[in-house]
Amino acid sequence: MPQVALTVNGKHHTVEVEGRTLLVELLREKLRLTGTHVGCDTSQCGACVVHVNGQSVKSCTMLALQADGADVLTIEGLAAADGTLHPMQEMFREHHALQCGFCTPGMVMSAIDLVNMHPDGLTEQQIREGLEGNLCRCTGYHNIVKAVAAAWPLMHNKQLPQAAE
Amino acid sequence: MAFEGIGASPRRVEDHRFLSGRGHYTDDINRPNQVYAYIKRADRPHARIKAIDTAAAAAAPGVVAVFTGKDVEADQLGGLPCGWQIYNKDGSPMKEPPHPVLAIGKVRFVGDAVAMVVAETRQQAKDAAELLNIDYEDLPPVAGIADAVKPGAAAVHDDAPDNVCYDWHIGDAATVDAQFAKAHKIVKLELTNNRLIPNAMEPRAAIGEHDPDSGEYTLYTTSQNPHVIRLLMGAFVLHIPEHKLRVVAPDVGGGFGSKIFHYAEEAAVTWASAKVHRPIKWTAERSESFLTDAHGRDHISTAEMAVDADGHFLALRVKTQANLGAYLSTFSTSIPTYLYATLLAGVYKTPAVYAEVKAVFTNTVPVDAYRGAGRPEASFLLERVVDCVAHDLGLDPVEVRRRNFIPPEAFPYQTPIALQYDSGNYTATLDTALKHADWAGFEARRKAAAAKGKLRGIGISTYVEACGIAPSAVAGAIGARAGLFEVAEVRVHPTGSVSVFTGAHSHGQSHETTFAQLISDQLGIPMSSVEIVHGDTAKIPFGMGTYGSRSLPVGGSAIVKATDKIIAKGKKIAAHLMEASVNDIEFKDGKFTVAGTDKSKALAEISLAAYVPHNYPIEELEPGLDETAFYDPKNFTYPAGCHICEVEIDPDTGHVDVVNFTAVDDVGRVVNPMVVAGQVQGGIAQGIGQALLENAIYDEGGQLQTGSYMDYTMPRAHDVPSITSSNEVTLCTHNPLGVKGCGETGAIGSPPAVINAVVNALRDYGVRHIDMPATSARVWSIINANKPRMAAE
Repeated sequence: MPQVALTVNGKHHTVEVEGRTLLVELLREKLRLTGTHVGCDTSQCGACVVHVNGQSVKSCTMLALQADGADVLTIEGLAAADGTLHPMQEMFREHHALQCGFCTPGMVMSAIDLVNMHPDGLTEQQIREGLEGNLCRCTGYHNIVKAVAAAWPLMHNKQLPQAAE
Repeated sequence: MAFEGIGASPRRVEDHRFLSGRGHYTDDINRPNQVYAYIKRADRPHARIKAIDTAAAAAAPGVVAVFTGKDVEADQLGGLPCGWQIYNKDGSPMKEPPHPVLAIGKVRFVGDAVAMVVAETRQQAKDAAELLNIDYEDLPPVAGIADAVKPGAAAVHDDAPDNVCYDWHIGDAATVDAQFAKAHKIVKLELTNNRLIPNAMEPRAAIGEHDPDSGEYTLYTTSQNPHVIRLLMGAFVLHIPEHKLRVVAPDVGGGFGSKIFHYAEEAAVTWASAKVHRPIKWTAERSESFLTDAHGRDHISTAEMAVDADGHFLALRVKTQANLGAYLSTFSTSIPTYLYATLLAGVYKTPAVYAEVKAVFTNTVPVDAYRGAGRPEASFLLERVVDCVAHDLGLDPVEVRRRNFIPPEAFPYQTPIALQYDSGNYTATLDTALKHADWAGFEARRKAAAAKGKLRGIGISTYVEACGIAPSAVAGAIGARAGLFEVAEVRVHPTGSVSVFTGAHSHGQSHETTFAQLISDQLGIPMSSVEIVHGDTAKIPFGMGTYGSRSLPVGGSAIVKATDKIIAKGKKIAAHLMEASVNDIEFKDGKFTVAGTDKSKALAEISLAAYVPHNYPIEELEPGLDETAFYDPKNFTYPAGCHICEVEIDPDTGHVDVVNFTAVDDVGRVVNPMVVAGQVQGGIAQGIGQALLENAIYDEGGQLQTGSYMDYTMPRAHDVPSITSSNEVTLCTHNPLGVKGCGETGAIGSPPAVINAVVNALRDYGVRHIDMPATSARVWSIINANKPRMAAE
């Protein structure tokens, strides 16, 4: 069986996989990082979003072998070593942006990338459109949008510009 | 101590693990030596199984075993039971055909389980299933209600040759006829309640395990009610007594009703685990969820409201056909009857209501409870009819509602169809909603939208629903085959911390937070000293689980009852320790005090004495401080409210944009306002989904056309607006907390508000009604088929 060598949450792994193994299967079943979830089989729901080399990726859309040499960050690797939550995690908690928690890891990973990609500001409309690839059935998105807006100033260390639309 | 009791919004206890990726869902569990199951499913809706050749599959790499309906028959497994008996108009019982764990003789819907392949890996099981050779003889499909009732239709089940499961009615037909005879006008409406697919984000999963030494089975499953699964699967399907069957429902990723029911895969993996002597894991792919999770709604109805010249309702007559799918799912039969038709009085003093419901079998996925379960069907029908009354009589829809409201002084109010509402103030929720939505300012907003070329509409719904199904005796009298109480054990540990074992199950509802708030409130200890334990039949004394917004009204009441027992026992211990009469002991803020003195003992001192009973009234009192309570409700609870929706329609595309949504709900006392708002927002998003986007469509051949997220339109973040929600409070009069439940109000109140707004926006196009979902295509077609009246005039 072919091997894939990659870094996940700062830790190096070399794993044997079948050619057809998806990145999300490698994470969940080989590395037992079960924080990344599988919610669909058509790459529509976003529950499996992780960061690959700093960018958000639906880990069901990538073969594990395509991640050879990559630096992968999952929800488990997001908090600081001392356990301090990432500002996005903290704002999800503060604004009750999760209920059952199943979509949450993917939603958080997508939201971080969304905020990173908008250093000059982020409107409600941009947040709603930016989270297009992530389904949540519990919250109605209302509080997720609030949480992402609240995380922006913390991540960029400045006030969120008002009414940038 | 920070205020964490009833009315506070502490942040959620459960969030840290979910946000850190340490949630513990069924598919996250792996058992030693585990193998994997893949279910081979029918690819056709209706066919006789002539033969299944399993030889090639059984010989494939990694395959451990292959099971078919023949094995199910050989082991004499029972069918999946239905939990609610309905009687026909003539008093005869409903048709109740068997639902085998794996298909026997026939397949009855696309997705029906035909065989189970067990292999060393998931992929091997799936690959081997491709090698199963199934010889089918196709039969004509019954793809929906219209097919089922057609003369000469094929029979889904031989013992229901006309495809009718039951033909039921409720209400006083003679009085309704008399009222109709003297009516000024009969307002008639035909409408469809679209079929929905629940789509909890976590696909269902199950792991079965058998310990040959103890003979004990364990099932890990994605369930809203593990004790109910133990009861149904143990007693009816696998014939395993309770003490040899443990059911664990760990973190569950949303349910919305779809994880109430006992499903075939749960029984299949549990049964087969003893045959292959290894734990068996099954996880649904999303495509399987679409094809096997019980669907919701799917009614076709005719409603007639008799009114006087002023728009007062004289009587309502309703005829509904309900699709139950191919088999009777656990609570399916109760949804279009007792959870639907009994709500048809709504918030109105309509003196007479008569409803007939014909429920039919079709070659489609079984239909059962989905968020709201029956009540959204009732509120949609009624609130559309009320708007049609306003339309047909040229009256203001708000005024029509006011004229017909049950007034606040009329409670308790006996409806003409069984239910007795204990409390409510429908005028108050209406007035607050009108204010928050700036109803009065709508005309200006309509003009501003028109100037931009948009059609703006506003719609309202005023609803009531019924939660916490019970009392058990009443539910039993109308066909329930289970009790509907809830159970709590409150264990005060020796040093004063508390574990609560609850039969309710949290899969997003925040019980670990809100139930801890109850304990904090009742026992005067910080939430951090309380743990909430749920979801394991080996830990919890008993339980009926979470559905029908019952967790707080029923489960919370059980917790209060158990806590009351703790306090009563604590007073006796305190009286002994402080050498006082038990009648003089008061309990407040976590302290037992001798009234009128400064002598007091903290809860932790009392619990220590209870577990180290050196100085203890051992003659009269057992040691320990651990109490269990079963709470059986005295009545349903009746949350109610007013939802107002504002939409803008782009006439060029037909796209409906929800621009404002206001909800004012009366859910009784609010324990955690943050959590209640979250429940309401989520329910409204599902309601907007039903009204504008979601539709489960079968083609005439019985194939599900909307079997993936590419075809079934789930609401995404940009499909729903920010929601303005608030509460008016009238207390429930018959439970100790005064709570009514908040899980379903959003999905019940919102669909008619959205459609009333769409119809309002299209009023210049001669539109009186539009069926859900009001998709862009449907709205565009209406706009293009009807020249606007203003242009024509």
